[in-house]
This record gives sequence, structure tokens and C-alpha cells, in this order.
Amino acid sequence: MTCREFLDFVMAYLDGELGARERELFDRHMDLCPDCVTYLGTYRETLRLERLCREPDAPLPDDVPEALVQAVLAAKRAAK
Amino acid sequence: MTDAPDGGDRELLRRLRAGEGGAYEELVRSQGGRLLAVARRFLESEEDARDAVQDAFLSAFRSIDRFEGQARLSTWLHRIVVNASLMKLRTRRRKPEKSIEELLPRFTEDGHVAEPAVEWRSSGSASEAERRELRTLVLSQIQALPEAYRNVLMLRDIEGLDTEETAVAVGISANAVKARLHRARQALRGLLEPHLGGAG
Repeated sequence: MTCREFLDFVMAYLDGELGARERELFDRHMDLCPDCVTYLGTYRETLRLERLCREPDAPLPDDVPEALVQAVLAAKRAAK
Repeated sequence: MTDAPDGGDRELLRRLRAGEGGAYEELVRSQGGRLLAVARRFLESEEDARDAVQDAFLSAFRSIDRFEGQARLSTWLHRIVVNASLMKLRTRRRKPEKSIEELLPRFTEDGHVAEPAVEWRSSGSASEAERRELRTLVLSQIQALPEAYRNVLMLRDIEGLDTEETAVAVGISANAVKARLHRARQALRGLLEPHLGGAG
């Protein structure tokens, strides 16, 4: 397995979707290539950072602007 | 977090279906802020984000009788505002943007990485202030992704839709969603590296 192939398989590896043979090649590549191990670690960290942006981790937003409340209610009345 | 409707949801739904004016306002006030935060993640302009929220509420009001009540109102509204935001995006002229290829790893002719990754500082023990900074950084770098990739990554990794839901929302196959998501994550990883590279 080359680094190019390894990087193609990273998401499937993390999702547990690699077959036994692919998994074996993937693991063997990691034994030989510290650069790809580092890449895998930073890919994982990217996912961890994305989770920081997801609710409920992200702070609750401000109250809804009054102008937007009034615009929605006016549009609702107009749509009747 | 459970997605099942609670008693408050069921009572509000009953009042909405009965056409009580105060119920509509209660829904807008209780959910509007969260929906606006979602729309702002997709739409650069505040005006567009507010329009998307308004469109979402009007769409929800029209279809309240068809809402089956299996999920929470907030979950149902979240899906609606995501779709309204995507619709709004489709009406906007696209800005010139980088090709995804420019943001992906490069390889030598024999398939090895041309520019090896470096270790990152871990976010695991970040303080709340640092987490806030990291959120701002990640969301700003997501905005630098080409739109087709940004939307898939936002839907799957930030808004929490599954692969099938994302496929329907953007009109591509589930396999195409997976391929696009992986490339989007790789590109985001590359965009974050200059900011986070350097262990310690």
C-alpha cells in the first residue's frame, strides 16, 4: 500500500468499513510509515475539532432578533 | 440527548394545530435563535440567513398538520432550516473559490506524501476560552472550502445529518456523499495544519 492509497482509506478505516485484507494492509503501512501515522492523528484531531462546533458543545445562540420575530409573524399573517 | 418529543412539545403542537396565534409566536421566540445560528453557518449574509429562517418558519407553519410528532419540534425545524439555507445558497451567485485539488495532499510519483504532516497541539485539554478560539478557527476554515464540499461537511459533521439525509439534501448519491466528505475533511485538515502544527 502506498501513502496515496493509505490516505484514500482513512475515513473507511475510522468508520470500521475496511475489509480484513484492506485492514491488514492499512495496519502494515502504519508499521512502516510514521508520516502516515501522523496524518491519521491529525485527521482524527480534525474530527474532534469539528465536534467542538456541534451543539450541544457550542454555546447557545443569542435570543432571536425582535425584527426577525416580527417579520415572521407578519409574513404568517400575510400568508393567510 | 433524546430526540423524542416531550410534554411541552406536544402541548405546543396541539396549540399550533388549533391555530392559536400565541403559539406561533412562542415557537418563533423559542427556536428562532438556534435556527438563525444554523442558517448563519451556511449563509455569509445576515439578510440571507434571516430570510432562510423566515422561509423555514413559514414552511413549518404550512406543514404543521403533516408533522407526525415522532421527533422533537426542534429537530424537525432544524431539518427545515437546513433545507431553506441550501435553497437560498442555490439562488446566490457563486464566488470564485479554490479547487478542492489545491487543498488536498500532494504525492510523489511513487505514491508517497510529498509534504509530510506534522504533529498538532492537542485540543484535548483546551480551556473554555481556547475551545472558543478553536471553534472560531474551524468554522472560518470550513468557509474556505469549495461550496460543494463545504455543504456536505457541514451537513454531516456539524449539523449531524446522516449520509442518506445528506444525499437527499444535496441531491447526490450516498457514495458520492462519502467520497466528498472524505475529501472535504482532508482539505479542512490541510487548512488547519498551519494554525495547529507544532506539538507542545
